[in-house]
Amino acid sequence: MKLAFPILGVLTAILLSYALYMALVVAPTEQTMGDVQRIFYYHVPSAWTAFILFTINFVASIVYLVRRKPAADIVALVSAEVGVVFCTIVLVTGPIWARPVWGIWWTWDMRLTSTLVLWLIYVSYLVLRRFSASGETPVLAAALAIFGALCVPFVYFSIWFFRTQHPQPVMGGGGSIDPRMLHVLLINWLAFSCFAFLVCWSRYRLEKVQRDVEQAHAMASLGQSSRSTR
Amino acid sequence: MNRYLLAAYAATWIIHIAYLSTLVSRYTKLKREIDELKKS
Amino acid sequence: MPTPAGVTRATLLKDLRLEWRSKDAINSMLFFSLLVVVVFSFSFDPTAEESRRIAGGLIWVAFLFAAVVALNQTWAREIRNQVLDAYRVSPAPANSLFLAKAFGNFLFVTILEALMTPLFIAFYQLRAVGPAWQLLIVAALGTWALVVNGTFFAAMSLRTRSREIMLPLLLFPISIPAILGMVQATTAILTGEGARVWIALLLSYDLVFTTACLLLFEMVLNAE
Repeated sequence: MKLAFPILGVLTAILLSYALYMALVVAPTEQTMGDVQRIFYYHVPSAWTAFILFTINFVASIVYLVRRKPAADIVALVSAEVGVVFCTIVLVTGPIWARPVWGIWWTWDMRLTSTLVLWLIYVSYLVLRRFSASGETPVLAAALAIFGALCVPFVYFSIWFFRTQHPQPVMGGGGSIDPRMLHVLLINWLAFSCFAFLVCWSRYRLEKVQRDVEQAHAMASLGQSSRSTR
Repeated sequence: MNRYLLAAYAATWIIHIAYLSTLVSRYTKLKREIDELKKS
Repeated sequence: MPTPAGVTRATLLKDLRLEWRSKDAINSMLFFSLLVVVVFSFSFDPTAEESRRIAGGLIWVAFLFAAVVALNQTWAREIRNQVLDAYRVSPAPANSLFLAKAFGNFLFVTILEALMTPLFIAFYQLRAVGPAWQLLIVAALGTWALVVNGTFFAAMSLRTRSREIMLPLLLFPISIPAILGMVQATTAILTGEGARVWIALLLSYDLVFTTACLLLFEMVLNAE
């Protein structure tokens, strides 16, 4: 078990390098946008990964509310945190891509706007976790996670409908994709998914150790106070 | 290589590395606390 | 054993009576409404053609502001007198408490909106091209959307640090689809376009989140 992590780490690093090579060298150059379009191979996998992580957060939160297992609470926390990291990358690479292609840094198009709202919801989740009284944090956070997940279809529908009434250029282009590009995209997605898994695993272990330490502190201070009253 | 492309890829890895460094620093702090707890 | 509806009504009446006794509340509400509209009028020139077009958005931002102020107030009293612990221990269903608070907030915010609307109409020379009665539906659905989630999040924020900033921080992101709906519906009615889709969105949003609040409130109240 202890060896699994470093081995997976090395494999993931190799996979990421290979995916990078594919994205920069092997993938065909796009006709209208040129080389800048290669940002797509980092932008889209990050978005998909963030989405999967937020879904895991939703499931873990429900599991926690039903079963009250601390492990579920940790999974919820970890998936939200790492999800926000990947979502941040989507929101940073998006404008970097938009600027040379459309001439503007931000476009209130469907995908970027929805991603921004998603980011806001999960950041507020993390803020709640940080600021709430520790005893009640897991339950409150789980409740908020459910609200956030319920909100997602509304976010997508409302922005979609708004955009059909006030059309904007669509980021990343619509339409069909060259199969060679799809292949490179999927390789990058696989690489980033493995990477995300390892990051989550590390964060999970860190959180477990942290909670054990906090419990040890609590026990220690209890032990001291009972000793002093004797 | 197109500078926007470079910026995007660099930004991605900078963000990932920044997050991972916070994990590492929290872990080293915890390790110290564990050692202290073990001593007392 | 009082019925859930009875508990709701009793709690709501108690809250209303407490607010009513301090007549200052009414006067400050009046003044607050006027202040908000005036500040907005200075920020967004009412005579400019563009401002008339975004009036729908302006009004709802003002209402959102009023809602946050109202929501922050209503739980404060409970904490001061440790009433919350009494509720947790009592056999009264948690949802009755939630609904009472939500209805109370709804009433409070609606009054503020009713005070601000004539001022907005006057300052911005608003005229509805579409059916004006639909605006009442939008106002009701939109206000409920803000209030139901706001009451829930206010309860969640009770024991968090920086309680007053926590409420808008949690409420705003989740409310974005509803806010988009309220503003677009209002603008559509004012300009004579169809608001039906937006009203349907608001209605389904209200149904989904009211259900979620009712299902989860007990757990949140007893979280420890």
